[in-house]
Amino acid sequence: MTEINAKTPMEKMTIGGDIYEAGNAREFKTGDWRSMRPEFLSDKCKQCGLCFAVCPENAIPVGKDLKRSDFNFDYCKGCGVCAKVCPFGAIAMKEEGVE
Amino acid sequence: MSIRERLSGNEATAVAMKQINPDVVAAFPITPSTEIPQYFSTFVANGEVDTEFVAVESEHSAMSATIGAEAAGARAMTATSANGLSLMWEMIYIASSLRLPIVMALVNRAVSGPLNIHNDHSDAMGVRDAGWIMLFSENNQEAYDNMLMAHRIAEHKDVLLPVMICQDGFITSHSIENIQLETDEEVKKFVGQYKPEHYLLNDKEPIAIGPLDLQAYLFEHKAQQAEAMRNAKKVIKEVAEDFEKWTGRKYEFFEKYKLDDAEMAIVCMNSTAGTTKAVVDKLREQGVKAGLLKIRMFRPFPVEEVAEALSHLKAVAVLDKADSLNGAGGALFEDVTSAMYVNNKFVPMVNYVYGIGGRDTTEMQIESVYSDLAKIVETGKVDNPYRYLGLRKGEN
Repeated sequence: MTEINAKTPMEKMTIGGDIYEAGNAREFKTGDWRSMRPEFLSDKCKQCGLCFAVCPENAIPVGKDLKRSDFNFDYCKGCGVCAKVCPFGAIAMKEEGVE
Repeated sequence: MSIRERLSGNEATAVAMKQINPDVVAAFPITPSTEIPQYFSTFVANGEVDTEFVAVESEHSAMSATIGAEAAGARAMTATSANGLSLMWEMIYIASSLRLPIVMALVNRAVSGPLNIHNDHSDAMGVRDAGWIMLFSENNQEAYDNMLMAHRIAEHKDVLLPVMICQDGFITSHSIENIQLETDEEVKKFVGQYKPEHYLLNDKEPIAIGPLDLQAYLFEHKAQQAEAMRNAKKVIKEVAEDFEKWTGRKYEFFEKYKLDDAEMAIVCMNSTAGTTKAVVDKLREQGVKAGLLKIRMFRPFPVEEVAEALSHLKAVAVLDKADSLNGAGGALFEDVTSAMYVNNKFVPMVNYVYGIGGRDTTEMQIESVYSDLAKIVETGKVDNPYRYLGLRKGEN
């Protein structure tokens, strides 16, 4: 399926907004809905594995070594569940866009 | 070879549906369309069709199930009236915006309240901007014929819009008339197989239907619907031409009855056209140049064609069987007047709201409209363009 974006003229858009392709939810980057932003404090993290399991957006990547890395901000909506569950204070919630 | 039969409008519609043999029918009973799913479920029980009949718990569900079936790749149909259509309201827009070629029989009835089960067009007028093709039927034959043409129109690749076939509740739905039926095989041959290009149950192409459609997209998708509605005109014409070749029965966007040499005319829809024809015949015998324009295709509205067909007249009365309650005139009146205006045609025009809640409309009343028109022809003046026909008013 050809890419359809905000510049596609109506003649080239599919009718009814149909999507003739599977597995495309990841193309819809919902991270820009975020008003709070989690900050990953890696020096405090013990890699206990509690945070990624509770993330509703699967926005905490875990590598083959079973260690987590920084958030995937394309999808993290800043809900803060991970920060709540972290026993070590390794995730700090900050207002989005504020340094 | 046609078959002579005598059927009510509801029976004729149900027989058309039997001959079409759709994959799914989902319907909920409501007067005066109840008989359509009732007859149809008999056909299902008797094994005369192999349709999956879904006895749903409401009209919202009826339209939802129809949408689901059509999106899955099935040919789906339903029937309803008045408040049943009101309950479908939300899903009516989903059906058309998802471009699902569903076909529905709408047996016109007044939308309550106060509670009324008889005929007017307020149900149809409530969904006139919902993106459905709307064909109106003067009698049982037309209700049957329009139903046979509906799928070819709806499923055409340049259209892909749902179609509503309207007829007057009780007046035609419960009146038995002689009609010509076509044979099952011929109907199936004419209607053809439904072969959707994209559908949910195609395991070769997993698709999503009805996704989120925000500021960057909805506008274009609505414009596509409008484009499809304009395309429908050509398709409706072509299908009617094929239908005429097959059955000999001719259908156009509207029927001109003794209109071309008329001085004054009535514009109306559905069964009132029959009464009006009788009056036109009578007036013609008296030398009065009366005519009729009966709208068949209400959506899309044949703007240029109506303007052209009425342009030679000296006075026109548009009859609306639903009041828009807007202080300005009924829906058909607004469509006809704006069609004339944008096409630079001017004819003195009046609107009559009539027949509300099943109030009988007699030949005498239609005659009174023509005598009002005769006065307008004489004086060229229209005092009050927004009128009633058959309303009790003033002192008894």
